[in-house]
Order: sequence, then C-alpha cells, then structure tokens
Amino acid sequence: MTQQMSRYKTFTRRAALLAGAQGLLATALAGRLYYLGVIEADQYEMLAEDNRISIRLLAPRRGEIVDRYGEAIATNRQDYRVFLIPEQAHDIRETLVSLGQIIELNARDHQRIERQISRQRSFLPVTVAQGLSWEDFARLNVETPELPGIQPDSGLTRWYPDAATASQVVGYVGTASEDDLDGDPLLSIPGFKVGKSGLESTFDRQLRGRAGSRRVEVNAYGRTIRELARTEGLAGDDVTLTLDMGLQRAIAERVGEEAAGVVVMDVEAGDIYGYVSSPAYDPNVFNHGISRENWQALLQDPRKPLVDKCVSGQYPPGSTFKMVVALAALHHGIIGPKKTIYCNGRHRLGDNVWHCWRRGGHGAMDMEAALAQSCDVYFYQIALELGIERIASWAERFGLGEVFDLGVGGEAKGLVPTPGWKFATTGQRWVGGETLNVGIGQGALLATPLQLAVMTSRLANGGHMVVPRLVHAIGTVPFPQNPVWPKLDIDSGHLAIIRRGMEKVMEQRGTAYGSRLNIDGVTMAGKTGTSQVRRITQAHRDSNVQQADLPWKERHHALFVAYAPADKPRYAVSVLIEHGGGGSSAAAPVGRDVMAEVLKRDPANRPAIDLRLAHNRPAGGLGASNE
Amino acid sequence: MSEGALFGPRRMKSTLPQKLANLNWFVILLLVAIACVGFAMLYSVGGGRFDPWAKNQAIRFGVAIILMLGIALVDLRYILALAWPAYLCGLALLVAVEFIGVVGMGGQRWLDIGFMRIQPSEPMKIALVILLARYYHGLNQWQASRLYYLIVPICLTALPLLLIIRQPDLGTALMLAAGGIVVVFLAGASKWLFIGGGLAGLAAIPIGWGFLHDYQRQRILTFLSPESDPLGAGYQIMQSKIALGSGGVSGKGFLMGTQSHLNFLPEMKTDFIFTVLAEEFGLVGGLTILSLYMVVLFYALYVAMTCRNQFGRLLASGLAFTLFLYVFINIAMVMGMLPVVGVPLPMISYGGSAMLTMMVSFGLILSVSLNRKLVIPRGQ
Repeated sequence: MTQQMSRYKTFTRRAALLAGAQGLLATALAGRLYYLGVIEADQYEMLAEDNRISIRLLAPRRGEIVDRYGEAIATNRQDYRVFLIPEQAHDIRETLVSLGQIIELNARDHQRIERQISRQRSFLPVTVAQGLSWEDFARLNVETPELPGIQPDSGLTRWYPDAATASQVVGYVGTASEDDLDGDPLLSIPGFKVGKSGLESTFDRQLRGRAGSRRVEVNAYGRTIRELARTEGLAGDDVTLTLDMGLQRAIAERVGEEAAGVVVMDVEAGDIYGYVSSPAYDPNVFNHGISRENWQALLQDPRKPLVDKCVSGQYPPGSTFKMVVALAALHHGIIGPKKTIYCNGRHRLGDNVWHCWRRGGHGAMDMEAALAQSCDVYFYQIALELGIERIASWAERFGLGEVFDLGVGGEAKGLVPTPGWKFATTGQRWVGGETLNVGIGQGALLATPLQLAVMTSRLANGGHMVVPRLVHAIGTVPFPQNPVWPKLDIDSGHLAIIRRGMEKVMEQRGTAYGSRLNIDGVTMAGKTGTSQVRRITQAHRDSNVQQADLPWKERHHALFVAYAPADKPRYAVSVLIEHGGGGSSAAAPVGRDVMAEVLKRDPANRPAIDLRLAHNRPAGGLGASNE
Repeated sequence: MSEGALFGPRRMKSTLPQKLANLNWFVILLLVAIACVGFAMLYSVGGGRFDPWAKNQAIRFGVAIILMLGIALVDLRYILALAWPAYLCGLALLVAVEFIGVVGMGGQRWLDIGFMRIQPSEPMKIALVILLARYYHGLNQWQASRLYYLIVPICLTALPLLLIIRQPDLGTALMLAAGGIVVVFLAGASKWLFIGGGLAGLAAIPIGWGFLHDYQRQRILTFLSPESDPLGAGYQIMQSKIALGSGGVSGKGFLMGTQSHLNFLPEMKTDFIFTVLAEEFGLVGGLTILSLYMVVLFYALYVAMTCRNQFGRLLASGLAFTLFLYVFINIAMVMGMLPVVGVPLPMISYGGSAMLTMMVSFGLILSVSLNRKLVIPRGQ
C-alpha cells in the first residue's frame, strides 16, 4: 500500500509537470495566434489583398489615320468572334463539330485550336473564329446555351476600309513581338496589336493611346471571379495625313496592275496629295496574322508588292534628270541658251562611242529643243564640260540623295555618284565616260520617285527648297506648315528657259506631245525619261528590237515628271513604271491622267479637315476584351 | 479467493443506466461542439455546401461517438486484458501495410479493406499506450525506476516505430514515440534518464539529419525560412500565415475567407483547416477552439490524477498527451512554428483516422473515469 501511494505521488507530480508543459505550449500557440492576427495583421491583410486582387489592363481604342478631308484610311471596326473556354466544354471535339454547323471550320482551324488548347491553361479562352458576319454572330448567340464553353464576343480590330489603296503609306498592325517591347504595359496584353510597318509603325506610340485598367478578384489559379473597379483607358491620337484618298483611288485605278510608283506633291507647301505604290497588298490580312502561303506569295511576286516603290525603289532617273544638268550648265556659263550643238546620233570619247536615243541624230539643238526632244548628244557635251563634281552638287540641291523622313519607313537615299564615292566603294578612279552617263541620268545615278517629285517641285516653284510631308497633324496638333523654304542660288532667267523646255516637251515635236494636257487653258509642263535596266549592246541596236517584245524584266523603266499649271505651277507629279518600256509611251500618259485628276480635284484649294471638329467624333470604345 | 477479496472493499457493481448517468456529459458535449466546428469549417471549405465533406464527416462522427460510448461502458479490466491482443493486432496491420499497403501522399500508409481505408499507425498509438500502461501497472515504484525494466518498453515502442518510419511517416513515428516516452515518464522512470536523453537527442540532430529523406529535409529547411521559397514548398506556410494574419481579431466572417475560397490555401479541408477557421473567425475563433481542446484534455488529466489504479492513470494521461500532441503539432505547423509534417487536427480535419483516434481515446478516458475508484491489483 505504501508503494501504491508512492507510485501515486510520483505520478501526480509528474502529471502536474506535464499539464504545466501543455499549458505553456498552448499559451505559446495563443501568443503566436495573437502575434499573427493582431500585431502583424496589417501586413498579412495587405498580402491577402495582393493575392486576391489582380489588375488587368484594358486596351484603348487605337487612333485613326485619316486623309486631309477626314476620310478614314485606318480605323477600328467591331469584330465579331467566338471563343472556346476549354474547361467549360464537356467534349471539345464534339463542341467544335456542333459549332461547325453554324460557322465554317476547316481541318486547319481544328488543328490550330487544339494546339492552342494544349498550350495554355484551361480557363483561358481560345479564339475559334473571328471576323464573323453579323448573321453568324447572331445565330451563335442563340445557340450558345446548347454549346457549353462557347463564348461569342465582340471587340475592336484594325480595319483598312480602302484595303490596298494606301497600304504602302499606312502600313499594317500585328501582334507585338519581342522586339516591340518598349516598357509600355499595354504590350503585355495578349494579342495586343502594334504598328508593324509604315505610318502605323512610325507613329505607333501616338496611335496606341494609354491603357485603362480593371481591378478584378482572382483565385489562386489566376481565374477572374468578379470585377471590382474599372478605369477606362485613353484613346490614341488620330493621325491626319496630307493625302487625298479620292485622288489615291483614281491614281491606283489608272496605274492598274503595273509595278509603279506615283507621287503627287504640292510644289509650294510640300504636301503629298497622292502616293501610290503598285501593286499594293491588303493590310487587313495582317490583322489576325497572315498565313504562310499568303506571305510567300507576297514575297515571291516579281512586282514586289511589299516594296514601297515611291521611297524604297531606286531607279536611274534617265532623261528626267536633264533639267538639272541644263540648269547647272547655264549657271556655270558652260553654254548659252541659244547656242546649238549638232547631234549626229553619236558622241565619241576616246575609243568609245555614246549614242543618242534617236538613231541618226536630232541635228542642231539649242537648250529648249534639247530638253523637248531629250537629245542625249547635247547633254553628253555639256555634262563633260560641267564635270561630275558640279553635276553631283546640283543634283543634291534638287533633293537627290536626300532622305525626307516622311514617316512611311524604308526611305532610300538614292545615289549621286562622285569620283570620291567611286574610289571609296570600288577603289577605282572615275573615268570621263561615266560623267556622260550621269549627264543623261544613267550610270550609277539613282533616285526615288519621291526625290524626282521634289526635284520637279523645286524647278516649278522658282528654286525654293520645298520639303515633302505626309503628316498633316497628330491629334489636334498640326505639323509645321508653310515654312519659308530657303531659295536656291538660281537665276530666274535660267529657270525660265528650263521651264520653257519642259513646256515644249508637251508640244509638237516634244517627247510627250501625245500626253499633252489642256483643261480650260491650263497646261502642263513635263519631262519623260527612259532608263536602261541593262546595257544596250550594238547587236541590240542593230536588231532594232521593240521594247514590247522583250521579257518584262528586261524592258526599260519608264519615267515621267510634270508640273501644272505650266504658267503658275502648283502640283508636281512623278511617275515611275518599272519595265514600262519608254517614258513617252508608258509613263507620260499615266502622268497626264493623274495630273488631270489632280487639277480637277484641286486639293490645294479645298479646305482640309478642321482638327477641332475631327476630335469631337466619339472617342470612347474599348479595345479587345483581352483576358 | 472470493470475489469480494479480489476487488477490495470499495468495489461497486454499477448497472448500465447508472454508468450512463455517471458519464461526464459536459465533456461529451464539448467533444460534439468541436466536431460541429469541424462540420461548419468543412461546409465553408466546400463552398457553402454540406455535400460531400461536411456530410461525410458528420456520418463518421455519428459512428465514432457511438463507438466512444460503447468503449466508455467497458469495464477497465477487460481493457487491461486486451492490451496484448490489441498491440499484436496493430503490429500485424503495420506489417501488412508494408506488403499490401496503398501508396499515396508520398508514403505507403494505408490498408484498403474494401469499404474503407485504414491507417494502422493510428490504432497503434492507442495500443502502445494501453500496453505500456499495463506493463507499468504490474511494476512497483522501485522496479519502474530501474534501467533493467526499460528494456521491454523500449522494444515495445521501437518495433512499431521502425515499421512506421519505413512507410515513411516521420510525423506519426515521432508522435508514437512521444506517447510511449510520456507513459514511461509518468510511470516513474528515473528523471536522469530524461535529462540525459534530452541532451543526447540534441547532440543527435546532426546525425539524424543524414537519415532524413529529401522531402523531409526540404520541409524543415522551408520551415526555417519559408520566404526563401515562396512558390515551392514555402508557399503553403506563407499562404497559411497570410490567411491567419489577415483574419485579424474577429475574422472575415463565415464563408468570407478569401485565402480559402480563392484556393490560395493548400490542403484546406485536412491539415490546414485551422487556418480556414482562423481566417473566417479570427483570433477569437482560434482561441475558442484552442480552449475547447485544452478543456477536454485537462479533463482527461484530471481523470488520470483522480484515478485509484495505476493502469487507468497511465492510460488516461498517456492518451491525453497523445491527443495534445496532435492539436499542438497541427496548430503550430499551420502557424509556421513547426515544419509541415502532415498531422491533422483531430475531429475538425476531414478524414476518419484522426477522428477515430480521438473518439476511441476518449472512450477509454471515460471508461477510466467510470472505473476510477476501482482498485486493480498489480498481479492482474
């Protein structure tokens, strides 16, 4: 019994110790609970909110690109599309099959959808189809309750109403890639579109606008439970161009399928009214990602639809350059305006012979006649006496070799060759014969149609160094307009002789007589040009091959520059037709028709868009509801 | 020897209604209250639905409480007599799990017996305490303090311990060992044994580290600095602390826990259910449930201390301590005070094993309480 009692005492003592320890540990738990729930509560509350609340960006409406009268060139349009949310669909394949009875889905769509489903988390929507018609969309909405996981949706996508008419100017948009990332949070929105080429790319930041946001409650897997608050974004600025879309369409129609570049420019203000590179492409196909076949077709087309011929295409200007050579010759006193040079069809230098385009020659030519009939021999002679350095210097004064930063991107510099340039690039010395070639706008000399339009404008406006521009305003802020252009050091008498020569081009015996223009007494002055694509051999010369018989790739480029009205110039036009054959036959008629359209529309004297009014158009609207 | 001589002068033969009347119904009510808190939390975790978790748990509790009352009415001497068979059965099940166990949750712990899965390590915890209580019941004070008499308890504990470590389930193994050690301690083993053992344990930590599995080491490392791995193993602890802390004093309200309802919390319906409770009911709710547990466990210790026989004393206190370990480890774990070891909160966490352990234990404790005036001779 004593042992029993002793056992009992030991137990009681130790059990009390154990109870005390348990009590202490329980107190520690309570203390920890107090520490977390009271002392540190604020911090954990914040962390819990961080967990729960996610900020999602809202895409703003992309700014429009409009012509000088406010006509939309690039705008946004309601796009009807349909998403599939994989986790809500009972059987994805079956759902797609039933969906296929309402809208068209081919095998490739099925593949694409399945690939995308396997790549992302199952509560994220997969685009099944977009660009649906209103009828299909309406039918879909009726059928949705029977198709779990299918979600019709509408949002804004870029839309170019006139598809190809200004594609080279405006460019296109596409999904932002790695290279486009510039720190703007908008770009992190899946499927957000940024400008990929042309003005869309150059003015992307202004067009893009500012992101809106919505605060949403999300669960641990990132799925949105509900929306808590919403801030709308700021729509992008509209960009107003100097273009006249009516004129654009007329030019595009006139040029047709030719590979051509046409620039229409205001000789005083520098505004570009027409800017057509042909063939064009449809920028709308880039919106949702262009298919590989379409892209290959564009790349492989020999007429190169993706190349902007107005600023990226570089061509020997041919005879359209002769005005610059003539003006330089007058300026430096190489030749008097009335002094004649006899053309017998050939010019001998050393052991070589240079031919005039006209077999048998033109006979005695003064300057006006030499321009009117584009006599090569006359220009061989004065070019030789001028020397290449002086020719190059005058070419540059008229805009050759210059980049004007229109904003369309890809502007080429052209090439004004000099002995220094030749030595630096080939290590060889300049030879006199090359000066002869440059004298008639051939050889290494290269210019873009834009540069030729600038050259023509500067000849027409009395030697003022006008600079072209394409952007009229961004948002409500107009681009600087009508600056006082610096004037070239040219004798106005000399210029008058050149202009008289250009007028004679359009008269009897002139190279573009067939394309003369006379609308209510308004006439035009111009100059044709034909530039060789390949060297003309003696064999060719003897065989008397017609340009039309040659393969397209081997024909000459056809050029034509003109201004009108001849007596009071306002518009300059430059036309280039790749492998057109000849300036007189191919380019001049296009130039005449374009100029007739310009004169009829007279964009310089029609009021352009009122920018204040322009911005009162509804600006709201939300971008794609990207989730 | 007559019956009267065997059971002593204080023997009372109670009838069934008397026994029922003598049960401590207040404690039983508290147990029901704890279970009801569990149903409420499972209802919340289920997104405001009884089906399936809260409902299943309620059905299990219904079975468990009947089992508890049944055990409570059993005469303590029968339990004493069943100590060895129970232990051997438990051991057999542990061996069986080694060969035909179901693999799941990173270990081979379950036996599938058709209509339900059982985790043999759970009944083993109880069986070991019963057997050790019986063993020490048969020793006198002098014997209990001798090292020689420690050989049997060490073997009895080591056998199931090694089997459980092999599964591997370190948390359960440690709890089993702790339950055994506490019985030995209360029975009167030399205090130097525990002081020396504690120091040796500390010294063995670096060696023990080498025997741990990678995931076990990871849990301990994560416990020491959860912020270092916020998306990996530290995620659970971080999210749990955020839920607890953001609950504040009064909580976010029933069914309003953002951490739980938006799925930021891991293992919500099982190991981390205390977190759900503290997020929705705050400090007040957490302290309330902690107090409920402490009251019933202190009641068990009270039963032990007022019991007249050594077997009942050791049984009730050993079981009470085992249950306390459950509660403490689970709550300490979700609050980031211990590594994540996968110990459920008995009665509240979804699942039957821990609930059965708790209810069977309380059945035994109640039986001790009914038989506390019973004197059982050592030789029995």
